[in-house]
Formats: sequence, structure tokens, C-alpha cells
Amino acid sequence: MQFGFLLEQVVNGLVLGGYYLLIALGLSLIFSVGGVVNLAHGAFYALGAYVSVEITKYLGFGPAVVLSPIAVAMLGILFERFILRRFYTADPILSLLVTFGLAMVAEQAIRIVWGAPPLSASIPPVFRGSVILGDFLFSRYRLLILAVVAAILLAVWLLLHKTSFGRVVRAGIQRPDMVAALGIRLQPYMTAIVMLGVGMAAMGGAFFAPITIVHPAMGAEIITVAFVVVVIGGLGSFWGVVLAAMLVGVVRGITIHFAPAAGEASIYILMFLILLVRPRGLLGERIEKFE
Amino acid sequence: MTRYSRRTLLKGGAAFAGASALGFPAIVRAQASTIKIGHVTPLTGFLGAIGSYAQLGVKLAAEEINQAGGIMGKQIDLMSEDSVNPATAATKAQRMLEQDGAVVLLGEISSASSLTIMQVAERNKKVFFSTGARSDALRGKSCNRYSFHCDIPNTVMVNAVGTALLQKGMVKDKKFFTLTADYIFGHDLLKAAKTFFAANNANLIGDELIATDVTDFSPYLLKIRQAKPDVVCCNLAGNQVTNLVKQYAEFGFPYPLVGFNLNTGDAWAAGEGNLSGTWPTVWYHTLDNPASKAFVAAFSKKYGKPPENHAWIDYITLKLLAQAMNELKSTDSEALIAHFEKQTQFDIMKARKGYFRNWDHQLVQEAYPFTVKPKNEMKDKWDMLVLGDAVPVPSEPLEKIYPTKAQNPCEMKA
Repeated sequence: MQFGFLLEQVVNGLVLGGYYLLIALGLSLIFSVGGVVNLAHGAFYALGAYVSVEITKYLGFGPAVVLSPIAVAMLGILFERFILRRFYTADPILSLLVTFGLAMVAEQAIRIVWGAPPLSASIPPVFRGSVILGDFLFSRYRLLILAVVAAILLAVWLLLHKTSFGRVVRAGIQRPDMVAALGIRLQPYMTAIVMLGVGMAAMGGAFFAPITIVHPAMGAEIITVAFVVVVIGGLGSFWGVVLAAMLVGVVRGITIHFAPAAGEASIYILMFLILLVRPRGLLGERIEKFE
Repeated sequence: MTRYSRRTLLKGGAAFAGASALGFPAIVRAQASTIKIGHVTPLTGFLGAIGSYAQLGVKLAAEEINQAGGIMGKQIDLMSEDSVNPATAATKAQRMLEQDGAVVLLGEISSASSLTIMQVAERNKKVFFSTGARSDALRGKSCNRYSFHCDIPNTVMVNAVGTALLQKGMVKDKKFFTLTADYIFGHDLLKAAKTFFAANNANLIGDELIATDVTDFSPYLLKIRQAKPDVVCCNLAGNQVTNLVKQYAEFGFPYPLVGFNLNTGDAWAAGEGNLSGTWPTVWYHTLDNPASKAFVAAFSKKYGKPPENHAWIDYITLKLLAQAMNELKSTDSEALIAHFEKQTQFDIMKARKGYFRNWDHQLVQEAYPFTVKPKNEMKDKWDMLVLGDAVPVPSEPLEKIYPTKAQNPCEMKA
């Protein structure tokens, strides 16, 4: 009996990990390509949630989760063009500072536009309730999120590994100088990657809005977890992030099952232990810029 | 903000320095043209959403008082800041009293922060009106004579909801599972809940202490399903309540969810169709009396939305303070304490007047249980609650729902 419930926590943890993944993957991609740790990533997540709540009012939930990420990704273009671009080759500390500042500006901007009290958002009635399979219980809505995350993961993987776009991006990650010598401008690729990453974060916001509180500081809350996931997985590693997101979800679920008080601390302890044994993260590579 | 030219500032500075040198500082201070009042409440973190309403409420009160002539003819200079956490709350409270010249302090929602400010107030011998903190311990074993408590304490919230649940037959021999906020407020609320369960033959079959930064409740929800309770009871605070309520609706469990603590701001944030069950409240904007309606109209006109219960409580607190100061013709803390300890009654925009109980400084007032309105009966998104009858019923004394002297170990040092 106990085993069944434990397994249920593991499966629930995997689903939870799936939802951290949407945020963490974009963070990791932007870092891999641009070498920028984007602390403003959470702000795009929050913006995605706010915009989707607005769109839902007029068009409903379906269009909102599609249109909100697109709208925020457009904003991502401006972000890349006018801010990030200046910091690709600069000291990482500068990009940290500027994106951190931007995150605070964005939070305040949300407060000014939408006000400090949270917005309300609900799951569409069809996705309410849970599905019971044998001994397992799943939230119908989280299964939807899981399916969306799986599809996006597949699409991003295909994009990076099966297209010429992906080849250039991967080459750009490994040897930017070589790519430049071949006469390929990395700039448009960078813009596309930032758009993609920011759009994924916004989609995360749009999907989480109905099950979490939509308030100005929501970006700051999620960025911490996303950052832990990326660090555990290894900066710049695609599968590392996937693995870490799942691990974080599962470890948290199991800890809450046995030692609820340590639930929130568990992911930081996990990060600490992994970094102790493997400073570059689970699947991370050595990054010269930082060593 | 008033802008001064550099010259004026220089002149003022020189004059002030001169006056100090001549030994006039006391006179300079006595002639201050404004009365400084310090207000702190969390604007960020898990209580930030409701704290922002509290700030709007207190600002409206200050404006109205100033328009009506201020306090003893002087304008109120309200300093209202974000308290963030207990340490910051205490630091800001201390700065407001010692450096900024605040004559009184009010505010706070977090019981943990309120407790630290109470200590600052006592050290500085200035009164502090704790507006939104609900832990019984603050007016119990941690009480002090400089601190007054305006919100209903945890025991009252438990009694308000408990009475309603008893009437529905949801208590006796039922299995309860509680989710509790892991800080002083939650621990205190759980204690009050346990007392209530024990007195009414209910069984507590499971309890989870939950850190205030938890946003995903799914692992806890799985544990609830494992326990199969009759009633799930929420003893959480602020954002936590909203998150839980949304995710509880997401999983769609058959066990009814009730709660011993809720602020209407958190209920509004829950969104359509997510909130159900019976909960307590200290005030709601649909209360039918002229004073309350006038306040709701003024607040809605200024801010474009109805006031939340924390807006109300910070508003009435500053109002009753100003009224007392005008009557006493003094802002002196000792005079205020003596005044309120006479159990002077005042209008708090409810059917019955309120008063501070002289031995524990608790504002004794009515409370209400509420249930959630069906969606098709809601006039707008703020009109989501149906208030139950005020507790205690009019034929009974207000103090009936408050902890008695025997239950409330408050000993104030003279």
C-alpha cells in the first residue's frame, strides 16, 4: 500500500518536473547560445500569465495559451535587440546585473498596469477534476500540461538536431569563432533562440495561471526553481535540464511524503549535493567563459 | 512631494542648526506642522496582495481626516512602507519612532512581524495598533500594554466557522484533515482548531505543516486522498490559500474544503468556480449599513475596485485613532492607552459598535461566516460571497466568541 502511494508521488513529481521544464529549458537555451544568464526570464513567465488572463476574457482559454506566448515572444525580439545583444561578449556579471534589474522593472511595470492584487484565472471546466487509473490519480489539467510539454520538448529537440537552423545554433554554441569564419552571422539565430526561450516561459505562465496565483512577483518565485533546475542539469545541456527538472519534481514529492517540513528545502539540498560531487551539473560541460 | 529649492533648504538647515545651537530643538519639534503616523504592512511576499489593500485603506483614511481638518488642526503625515518580513518590520518600526518622529504606529498582517513591532513599541513606550494579525498569542501570552489588536483573533475565526459547521452537522464524529501555515499564525490557528475539534467530538486524522513559500500543493493533495477525510480544513494564510483553493478545485476531490482563515482578497484571486465551503471573515463590502456603504463608495470611486477586509481594518483603525486624539487633544501614547482602556465604544461600520477590551487590548466586534455564491447569482467578480448572520447573535454579548480570561494568558506589566 505504502509503495503504491510512493509511486504515485513519483509520477506526480514527474508531471511537476514537466512544468518546471518549460521555464528552465528556455533559460538554459539562452545561456547556451548567448552566454547570458537571463534573470529576467521569470518576468516573461509572469507576463505570459497576465497576457493570457487578459486574452482569456475575450477569446477563451484555448486561444490564450497560444496567443500569449506569441505576443510575449515578440517582446523577446525587442529584449534581444536592445538589451541582451550588448552583453554576449561582455563580463557575465554585467548581464546578470542588467537582467536582474530588468526583472525588477518588469515586476513594477506589471504592478502599475494590472495593480498589485492578483488576477483571477480558472481552468476551463472540461479539464477540471482528476483521472483515476488503477491506484493512480492524476489531475486532468496536469496531464494536459504534460502532453504540451512533451510536444514542445520534441519540437525543440527536432529543431536543434534535425534542421540546418539547429546545426548552426549548435555550432554557434561550440565554436562561435568558427561559425563566424564560415561567413554565417549568428545574430539572427540568437534572436530566434531568445524568442523561443521567452515564448516557452510565457507559455508556462499561460498554463500555470489557472492553477497558481497570478500576481506581480510570480516571476521571481519561479526563476529560483528554474535556476536550480538548470544548475543541477548542467548549464547548457538540453537533456541535463530535462533530467534535472524531473529529478527536482520527484525529490520534492517524495520528501513531502516522508518529511513534509523539508519539502521546500529538498531541492536546494539536492542542488548542493550534486554540485558537491559534480560542480558542472549532471550533464553539463566545462564552460571556458566561467572557468 | 513638495520640492524645495536648494537655497531654501540651505536656509532652513542653517536656521535649524542655529536653533539647535541656541538650545531650541524642543521648541522646533513642538511646532512641527504635521502629525507623523507610521504604517507598515507587507506589500511583497505571500501576504503582499492583501497588504496592498491595507495600504490603500490607510491612505484613504489619512486623506479624509486631512480634508476634515486633520488631528487637532494639523495634517497627518502618513509614512506607509512595505514590512517584507519580521526583521524588516521591526527595523522600519524603530526608525519611524526614533528618527522620523512618528507618534503612533499601525499596520501589519503577518503575526510574526506584528510580534516584533510589538516589542519595538513597548521599548519606545509608543502605542502600536496591530491591524491585521490574527494569532491568539499576540493578545495572549505575548501581550503588552502598548499594543492593541484590531482584527479578530484565531479563536474567533474558528468559532465563527465552527458554529456554522456545527449547524450543518459537519463536525461531530467527522474526520478532519488540516493544512497549516508553518509559522506562528498557523501554529496558533491549529491550536484553536484542535481545541474546537476536541470540544465537539471531531477527529483530526492528519495535519500537514506547510512552508509559506509553497506554491504547488499536489504532493499534499495526494496525501489527503490517501487519508480519505470527511472534511479538509485550510489553516493557511495569504497567497497560500488562493493556491490551495485553485489546486483543490483542479483535482476535484469529493471531500468538502472549509477553512478557518480567509481574506476576501485571496477569495477574489481564486477565480470563478474554484472556491467553495464555509469560511470566516471580519468584514465584507456588502455589509448593509450607511457608514460601511459610504466607505465602500469612496474607496471604489478612488481606486476602481471595492475594498478588501484589510483595507477596511486599516481604514477604521486610523479613523478611530484620529477621533481619539481629537477628543483627547493629545497624541500622547499614555493618554491613548488610558482612553481605550475605558472601553470607549466606537463605530466600526458594523451593526454593533466595537471597543478594546481593557485587559488584553483586543478589539471586540462581530464576525461572520460566509459561503460562496453560485456563479449565476454574482453581480460582478467581487460579489462572490454570501455572508452568514453575524456571530455572536444579537441577543448574546460580543465577548462570547472571544477567548476568556482563563483561556487567554495575558498579563500586562504596568
